[in-house]
Amino acid sequence: MSHTHAKIEKNIGLMMILIAVAVSFGGLAEIVPLMFQAEAIKPLPGIKPYPALELAGRDIYVREGCYGCHSQMIRTLRFETERYGHYSLAGESVYDHPFQWGSKRTGPDLARVGLRGYSDDWHRAHLNDPRDVVPESNMPAYPWLAQAKLDGAEIAQHMRALKRIGDPYTDADIAGAPAAVAGKTELDAVVAYLQGLGTHVSQADMQVAEGAE
Amino acid sequence: MTPAWTWYVVILTVLNLGGCAWLLMGTAKRRSSDPKPDETGHVWDGNLTEFNKPLPRWWINLFIITIVFAVAYLVWFGVGELKGVGHWSSKSEWALDNAAEEARLDDTLKLYAGKPIDVLAQDPSAVSIGRTIFINRCAACHGSSGHGAVGFPDLTDDIWHWGGTPNRILDTIQNGRQAVMPAWADTLKAQGGPNAVDDTIAYVLSLSRPDQPKDAVERGEKMFATICVACHGAQGKGNQVVGAPDLTDSYWLYGSSMASLHKTLSEGRQGAMPAWKPVLGDTRTRLVGAYVWTLSPHRDPPPTGAVVAE
Repeated sequence: MSHTHAKIEKNIGLMMILIAVAVSFGGLAEIVPLMFQAEAIKPLPGIKPYPALELAGRDIYVREGCYGCHSQMIRTLRFETERYGHYSLAGESVYDHPFQWGSKRTGPDLARVGLRGYSDDWHRAHLNDPRDVVPESNMPAYPWLAQAKLDGAEIAQHMRALKRIGDPYTDADIAGAPAAVAGKTELDAVVAYLQGLGTHVSQADMQVAEGAE
Repeated sequence: MTPAWTWYVVILTVLNLGGCAWLLMGTAKRRSSDPKPDETGHVWDGNLTEFNKPLPRWWINLFIITIVFAVAYLVWFGVGELKGVGHWSSKSEWALDNAAEEARLDDTLKLYAGKPIDVLAQDPSAVSIGRTIFINRCAACHGSSGHGAVGFPDLTDDIWHWGGTPNRILDTIQNGRQAVMPAWADTLKAQGGPNAVDDTIAYVLSLSRPDQPKDAVERGEKMFATICVACHGAQGKGNQVVGAPDLTDSYWLYGSSMASLHKTLSEGRQGAMPAWKPVLGDTRTRLVGAYVWTLSPHRDPPPTGAVVAE
């Protein structure tokens, strides 16, 4: 009975500690550096914190669970870049809290939907009832968005919270938020958010950023 | 990734691999103090005992192969900032793939370069490529069958608000269109009193449906003759140069309900067709134009009295 591993097999506390040590190697090597990397990612030129109306639209996007069917990350694959545009770069989503990358695509990727050429009218008709413009669509209708008005005070509060975690909103941005969304509906906000997606950074800036990365 | 983090990962990875190798060697070796290989000394239920066999050779070999594989993998692909000897990156793989596919695409497209869309429409392979582009890029608004939707034109008829010649359709696809119907309600009311909008609607409807109230039509005709005539023409037959539709036919881009007609006059209509040449390039817009050309029967000429764009 002098097997060395017998000691481990018969002492469950020691075994738990050694398992934790063995498993933690993977996490320490793969996860810990990324936690610190995320802080180091610089926004690409043109990427700024969302203006009030787009931020409100983004909140509604998250509230309605759009991420359940739409990702916002174009992968480095030819067939994706051909359909959706330039693949996504880390510096594009520094002000996304939480990010909307996703891996579930029942609908198309929306990372650059603002560059697709849809008119505001199309987005309004499509969000109100997708089947009005795309009869084959299985996307749910969101008719209540056109009825609900935005709350400027709530958006200003959200901007203050984002500023606290490091987004560079100015006091003027926050003070101007209620005026920027005054009289706007949730539908206006979502359309503004969607039309902005992918348009904030120029193709040329992306090429430069890639050289530096 | 900063050099410090790169080395952090490298050291952890080497320690991990070394640990695995040490564990493998350590447990595979027999010591003189070990009991005989055929018994562990464990006894359950009085007579159940357990053999203690050494690890099979094939299993140990597999384990060694995984360690060798891991080392080779790291050397080939690199860690953090340390580039691997294979110089692989997802970006470079994409760039290679993209260049190859672009070259294939160029080979396919050069057969159709510069041809007019009605000529390409005779070529089934051109139409078939055009159809796939249409499904990907145009169907969201114009529908997968090209029948359009409220606010987005039907492409399967002979009605072309911006002109239906091959050149004109190609121009629409390549450079886009921006409709400019202004909001007229206030002007109409200022000139023709509070019922001016209803009167104008009555007149416009009477052009295709004669059963409108007579006095309203007469009042509306005056309004039409001072304002709407500039784009829609004296007989309401439209003007393809500015995209003003023929108001005498049965096709209504935004529907012919009173609510929709009121909205048109009070808010205007600014339907937009994006410019596709910057996205698709010249040849692909021609191919999709060829497909669009096949959708329409080309039976009826533009209405007499309309301003036709060539």
